[in-house]
Amino acid sequence: MPDNGASKAQVAPTTTNGAAAETRRQRMRVLISALGMLPVLLILCIGFHALSEGRFFTGQNLGIVLQQAAVNTVLAAGMTFVILTGGIDLSVGSILAASAMAGLTLSKLPELGMLWLPAALLTGLGFGVVNGALIALLRLPPFIVTLGSLTAVRGLARLLGADTTVFNPSIPYAFIGNGSLTLVPGVASIPWLSVIALLVILVSWLVLRRTVLGVHIYAVGGNESAARLAGIKVWAVLIFVYGVSGLFAGLGGAMQAARLYAANGLQLGQSYELDAITAVILGGTSFVGGIGSIWGTLVGALIIAVLSNGLILIGVSDIWQYVIKGLVIIGAVALDRYRLQGSART
Amino acid sequence: MNDPILEMRGVSKSFFGIKALRSVDLTVYAGEIHALMGENGAGKSTLMKILSGAYRPDPGGEIRIEGKAVRIEGPLGGRAAGISIIYQELSLAPNLTVAENIYLGREISRSGLLARGTMREGVGPILTRLGADFLPSTLVANLSMGQRQLVEIARALHARSKILIMDEPTTSLSAAESERLFALIRQLRAEGLAIIYISHRMDEVYALGDRVTVLRDGRLVGSLDKPEIRADTIVRLMVGRDVSSFYKKDHDPEAGRGHPVLAAIDMADGQRVKGCSLTVHAGEVVGLAGLIGAGRTELAHLIIGAAPKISGRLELEGRPVDIRTPGEALEAGIAYLTEDRKALGLFLDMSCLDNINLAVLGHDAKLGWVLDRDKARERAERAFAGLSIRAANVGVSAGGLSGGNQQKVLLSRLLAIAPKVLILDEPTRGVDVGAKSEIYSIIDNLAKAGTAILVISSDLPEIIGICDRVIVMRSGHIAGEIRRTETAPLNQEDIMALATGMEHLDA
Repeated sequence: MPDNGASKAQVAPTTTNGAAAETRRQRMRVLISALGMLPVLLILCIGFHALSEGRFFTGQNLGIVLQQAAVNTVLAAGMTFVILTGGIDLSVGSILAASAMAGLTLSKLPELGMLWLPAALLTGLGFGVVNGALIALLRLPPFIVTLGSLTAVRGLARLLGADTTVFNPSIPYAFIGNGSLTLVPGVASIPWLSVIALLVILVSWLVLRRTVLGVHIYAVGGNESAARLAGIKVWAVLIFVYGVSGLFAGLGGAMQAARLYAANGLQLGQSYELDAITAVILGGTSFVGGIGSIWGTLVGALIIAVLSNGLILIGVSDIWQYVIKGLVIIGAVALDRYRLQGSART
Repeated sequence: MNDPILEMRGVSKSFFGIKALRSVDLTVYAGEIHALMGENGAGKSTLMKILSGAYRPDPGGEIRIEGKAVRIEGPLGGRAAGISIIYQELSLAPNLTVAENIYLGREISRSGLLARGTMREGVGPILTRLGADFLPSTLVANLSMGQRQLVEIARALHARSKILIMDEPTTSLSAAESERLFALIRQLRAEGLAIIYISHRMDEVYALGDRVTVLRDGRLVGSLDKPEIRADTIVRLMVGRDVSSFYKKDHDPEAGRGHPVLAAIDMADGQRVKGCSLTVHAGEVVGLAGLIGAGRTELAHLIIGAAPKISGRLELEGRPVDIRTPGEALEAGIAYLTEDRKALGLFLDMSCLDNINLAVLGHDAKLGWVLDRDKARERAERAFAGLSIRAANVGVSAGGLSGGNQQKVLLSRLLAIAPKVLILDEPTRGVDVGAKSEIYSIIDNLAKAGTAILVISSDLPEIIGICDRVIVMRSGHIAGEIRRTETAPLNQEDIMALATGMEHLDA
């Protein structure tokens, strides 16, 4: 092959350029996938700011957005654990209602009133563990089990208050629902609800990324059979994630109860599970499990809150809000799929 | 010879500046079995995907079929040009019938309704011609791997393909099924089909190949005609260097014979394993041979507690142990390398680092549960160096690695627990020649260090090459045991006789 040398000389420079371009592209891809839906969130914020004649980026409005996002963020954090294992938890809205009812009922007892907060958390944890046990030990599909508890726990929530609204205007720890943590006196403060949500995200991140259990959660979601063969106690991981989801739903119930001083077993938390699932999916967590991050979930929850808030600000009617929110969710996930195509493994 | 049916001239393919194929010239004639060999990453699958239409070649090259220049575009392009590909992982829908699978995408309908009867009749003659022992109405889920392969071939014939590309078709077949497949391939050759046969296994290429083409780093490095086909020539072409000792067995077979490490006694699961006992000594490599379905993998699963047993007990270093889950087996020092690394072994989306550390995370953790990331990274990097795992860094996801490197990552996870007993189930399946040889020397070194090793393999030359002793299983029982001696090396005939049963031999 006499022309070998010549062709090699020709090929070499283009290859180097190509490789450099590929490295750049690779870097871009890593950056984009780390940022996830953050650009979408920012574009929405800027867009609403422009359309609402500058009423979006005000201290007061941002406080409202954060407060509105708080409960859904907490539920979505729990949902992230579950979806990372390839499962689903449809019962979080009902568990939230039941926990709020249990907490409020207890808070009216004079001698035990202070214990309402742990009672709400334990109620949530209890229902979550039952979900997890049914799924892990009886090997029932998560969709079916939590669909069942969606209905059953809703019934229990109504039973708890004899199907009435329970009020307690003097509920202890009411500050977590309505107070703010002052950062700079007179200048900046942040609602306690948002502080709790951020703490939940932070703790979730620590568990998922910095503990053995976290790796095991990703492993179970990535390949359950391999996880079992690798000696991971899959049943324990499953009970844990549904337990966490229940616990966080209980926390969400406590947050709602403290904010409203009241709870109604029928209405509270209706279809909250859908917003939580939406936040997780918007955050880029794979529905089949194994891939995703808690930060994505936070961004997803904020997108939902910003959408609700922004559409009200610019005066879109309630009916159209539904339509627009639904389309934005589908569009955002479509964008996400398109974005990930390049990095998908074969 | 007649005119070539397929001619590729100067076909190249690059991805983002990286050349996967460099100006390949390949000529294939009708009525020949053309073996295509090369290490993983040599460009075989790229070449195949160009022929199937999944990839578009770089401009400049030319593909001619029966003398006419063609452009193969889109997933149906290959089939339209008369090329069918049978992938390693078969592409059948198990929930559909044989006929439905063969007609998939080209269903016959009458006024909008599926004409199942016509479709069943349509595939009948082809199935008969291929000697199929199942009906067009059989569900694919009920077929064995060999029968499924037959369905794939029937699909290709049904589409009137003139060129059939087979990618490692015997990977999941038993020896008997492979033999039947070979006979069928020869029959198709006689009928005038051109067959491009991709394989890592030298014995198959000997048995079948009329010509062998070897790819290396995207280049075609040589084509050999039948008389020139020799293992050493091919291996030299494939790796670009001499592989003096392919199978490595330096450990002393006598070293630890007095000291049994693992004894499994009367293990049974009530289905596939019917009362099997075996012993593995320290520093010994024992082969577990047998046909597919003989119960070898099932026996291994019983030993490590991955499946429930109805009888049997285990002794580890002379002491009885009770193992009910794979976790307890790892805890006791018994590690099992699965035969199906993608479905049962690796976490493809997780990093190599996490994959390697998975079994020891708990041991390494600080405060009992906080990950020790420095230790994990160090361990992964040590594994990369020790087993020469080739990947950009320990952080890349395991799914992107070649088969050989994936296998080494999985092996690293097991070695991290420093096992006393290592059970390797098809350790070199889907692994290229270079990595194979490296895995053999890893096994050899572990034996030298005193590990008791049980190797399940359907690759008889491999068993003979690396084992000190072979236990043969047949339909759930231990059929016999053959020990290597100074005077009598292990041989394939003895093993096959035990694996198939003597009556089979007499016939």
